[in-house]
Amino acid sequence: MTAPDGTTPPTPDGAPPLAVSLRGIDMSFGPVRANRGASLDVARGEIHALVGENGAGKSTLMRVLSGMYAPDAGTMTVNGRDVTGWSTAQAIDAGVGMVHQHFMLVPTLTVAENVVLGREITAAGRLDRRGAERAVAELGERTGLVVAPGRLVSELSVGEAQRVEILKTLYRGARILILDEPTAVLSPPEVDELWRVLTHMRDTGDTIILITHKLDEVMAVSNTVTVMRRGATVGRVATRDTSPAELARLMVGRDVVLAGDAAAAPQHSIRAERRAALDVRELTVADARKTHAVDGVSFAVEPGEILGIAGVEGNGQTELVEALAGLREVSAGAVLLHGRDVTRQSVRARGDAGLSHIPEDRQLRGLVLDYSIADNLILGQQHRFSRRGAVDAAHVLENARRQIERFDIRPADPAAPARALSGGNQQKIVIAREMGRDFTVLLAAQPTRGVDVGAIEFIHAQLRNARAEGKAILLVSADLTEVLALSDRVAVMYGGRFAAVLPRAEATKEVLGAYMTGASGRAA
Amino acid sequence: MMFLAFLSQTIRIAMPYLFASAGGVLSERSGLIGLGLEGYMLSGAFCAALGSYYSHSPWIGLAAGLAGGTVFAALYGLCSVRYKGDQVVVGVAINLLAVGITRFFLRFAFGSSSNSPRVPGFSVAETGSGLLALAHDPMIWMGALAMPVVGWVLYRTPFGLRVRAVGEHPGAALSVGIPVARVRWLAVLLSGAIAGMGGAYLALDQHQFTDQMTAGRGFIALAAIIFGRWDPPRVGLACLLFAAAETFQIRLQGASAVPAQFVEMIPYVLTIVALAGVVGRAVPPAALGKTDE
Repeated sequence: MTAPDGTTPPTPDGAPPLAVSLRGIDMSFGPVRANRGASLDVARGEIHALVGENGAGKSTLMRVLSGMYAPDAGTMTVNGRDVTGWSTAQAIDAGVGMVHQHFMLVPTLTVAENVVLGREITAAGRLDRRGAERAVAELGERTGLVVAPGRLVSELSVGEAQRVEILKTLYRGARILILDEPTAVLSPPEVDELWRVLTHMRDTGDTIILITHKLDEVMAVSNTVTVMRRGATVGRVATRDTSPAELARLMVGRDVVLAGDAAAAPQHSIRAERRAALDVRELTVADARKTHAVDGVSFAVEPGEILGIAGVEGNGQTELVEALAGLREVSAGAVLLHGRDVTRQSVRARGDAGLSHIPEDRQLRGLVLDYSIADNLILGQQHRFSRRGAVDAAHVLENARRQIERFDIRPADPAAPARALSGGNQQKIVIAREMGRDFTVLLAAQPTRGVDVGAIEFIHAQLRNARAEGKAILLVSADLTEVLALSDRVAVMYGGRFAAVLPRAEATKEVLGAYMTGASGRAA
Repeated sequence: MMFLAFLSQTIRIAMPYLFASAGGVLSERSGLIGLGLEGYMLSGAFCAALGSYYSHSPWIGLAAGLAGGTVFAALYGLCSVRYKGDQVVVGVAINLLAVGITRFFLRFAFGSSSNSPRVPGFSVAETGSGLLALAHDPMIWMGALAMPVVGWVLYRTPFGLRVRAVGEHPGAALSVGIPVARVRWLAVLLSGAIAGMGGAYLALDQHQFTDQMTAGRGFIALAAIIFGRWDPPRVGLACLLFAAAETFQIRLQGASAVPAQFVEMIPYVLTIVALAGVVGRAVPPAALGKTDE
C-alpha cells in the first residue's frame, strides 16, 4: 500500500503525507504476541488518540515506533521515510519523542540534568550546567511548561515531573510526541493545563499521539482515533464522527456499560446494620520527613456504603490506606473495625477481623510477580490453606480454580506466573483474593488503575455487588469519574486532611476539583 | 615527630583504599557492585610484581598492574553486564579466581608458593617513614589524585552524568538513547584499572608479591564507599579514617590492652553504623546490583 512515488503512503482522505505510518507490525515477547499485524496512520499536525484495553498492545506498538523494540515483522515510515527497526537514538534524531506512563526521570538529578541527559551541553568537554538551565528555562517559557531547572526531580509534584518529561522530548527536537496515559496521575486543573499545552503544540504544527483509556479525553482533545484490540488495529475514525459508546464497543468487541452512565449511578441498598463498620478517629500518620502525611482525619463507613476519597495523589491517601491496612505506623488516633480497636494490630489480625485491602500498586504490594496465580490467590491467607504446618496444595489449587472461574482471570491456568498476565488480569487476581473471601470492610485503593475498560466494568460491578451485600467500602481513586460513579459520599483529601465530605448529589467534578487543589476552604 | 610518622604511615596505608574505592565508586555509581575490587587489586598486585621483575622498571610494573586489574574487571563485566549474572555471585567468584590464579602463576613464574623475589619499586628511601620519602613516590600522588579525579568525572563531565543516570534509573537513560551497557562497561573497566593501580601500589611498595597480599583491603574499600555514601569526597575521608584506625592499632601493638582484632573491626563496625542510618541515611544508587533487568 504505497503511493505512486513508492515512499509516501496515502492518507485515507488524500491529505498531506503522513507523520507516522505503521503497517503489519508483529511483536512477540516469548510466547506472548503483543502486536499482530497492527497498523497506525497519523497525519501531521493532529492529536491522534490510540485507545484499547490493557494488553491490547498500544504501549508496545508505541515502543516499536519510538525505537525501543524492533518489530518481528511489518514496516514503519515516519514523514514518508522507511524507518523500520530503528533505534531510540535514531527515533530521537528524527524528532520522535515518547513520554512514558512511568516517568523516565532520574530522581537524584536536577530538572536541567534530566532534560539534557544524553544530549549534554558542554564547554571544553565539561558539563555546562548554567547553559543547560538556561536552555530549559527558555524552552519552558516558549511552551508554557514551566519548571524550575535547578530543582531535584525527586522534589517535584507529579504534574511537574510530567512537564519535565515533555520538555525532555522537546529539547531533543521532537515534532512527533507520543504520550502514554498522561493524565492517569494528574488533577483536573493539571489535565486542563496539559490539554492547553498539547493543543498549542498541535496548532504550531506538531503531531501528538495520545495513548489513553479515558474516552472522555479522546472526545475532548483528539482529532482522530485508532482502536486496538488484542494486538491488532480494529478501527480508525475521526473523533467528530464517533461516540464513547462506539469506541468502547470497538475496544472490547461487545457493548459495555460505561462508568458515569445514568444506569450505573449508585443506588442505595439495604443497610441492615447502622453501626459503622469502619470507624477512624483523629488518625495521624507521620511520613518519612517527619511531617504529618495524614493529619487528624476522622470518618466512618457504614455497612452497605461506599465512601469515595478523591484528591490529587500525594495528599495523604496512600498513607491513610496503608495505616488502615496495618502497613504503616499510626502516630495518633484510632482505627476501629466493628467497634473493636485494631490500631495496633497486625495486618493478619485485621484480615481475620474482616478487613480486605486492594493495594494501590498491585506489583509492589498486591502480588508476588514470580509466584503462580494460585499462590498469589492465597497470599496473606496461608494460614487458612494449611494443614499441620504445611500448605495444603490440593486446597490451594481448588481455591485457584474457583476464583479463576468466578473472576474470569486469563489465562485460566493456576500455575501461570502472575508476571505473564496483563495488568487487568493481574488486578483481577488481587480483587479475587481480597473480595473472594469473607470480609466486611474493604479498602479499595486505585482498584482500576491501568486496567482496561472491560476489566473496569467488571471491577465496578464487583464493588457494587459487595455494597449490596452490606460490605463497607472505602474507595480511594485518582480517577474522579470512578469516585463519582461508585460513591455514596465523597471526601476530598488535601494536605493530609479531609477538605470536604459531600453527599454524592452535591459532588460534581467542578466542586471536587476546587477542593482538590485547595482552592476551596476547609470544611467538615 | 610522632605525629608526622603517624601521618605518613596513615597515608601509606590509605593508598590501596583510595585507589580501590575511587574505582569502586565509579563502578557502583553505574549500578555495578564493587564486590570484585579485592580480585582486581590482587591481580593488579601480581601483574605489577611480574612486570616490574622482568622489566626492572616500576613504571612497567604499574602499567602491568593496571592491566591486570582491568582484565579481571572485564571478566566481571562480561559475566554481569553482558550475561547479566548475579553481581554478588560473580563478584565472589572473581575474588576466589584471583586468589587461585595469582597463586598458580606465582608458582609458575617464580617457583614459590608464598612470595615473589624482590622487585624494583618506586620509593627512594626504603624504610623511611618521613613525609619527604613519601613525596618521592609518584604513586602517592596518583593515589591522592584518584578520588578527586573520579569525583570530577562524576559530577562535571557528560560521561559522569551518564554514569549517575545509568546507576539510578537505567530505563530513563535508555529512553534518551544512552547506551546503558556501554556506559557500565566503561565504568567497570576504569574501576578495574584504578583498583589494579591500588594492587600495584601494594606490590611495588613492598617490593614483592606475596600470596593473598591484598588481605581484605578490597572489602575495606567497599566499606569506605558505603560509609562515604557513594560520594567521592566523603569516601576519600572514610579511607583516611579507616587507615588512621589501622595505623593506630599498629602503633599500639604490644602496648595496648585492646586486642588488635577490635581495632581491625573498626571499618566494618563503622560501615554497619553508617548503614543503620546513624550518620544520615546511606542511600545506594537505586539500580545497584540490578543489571539483570
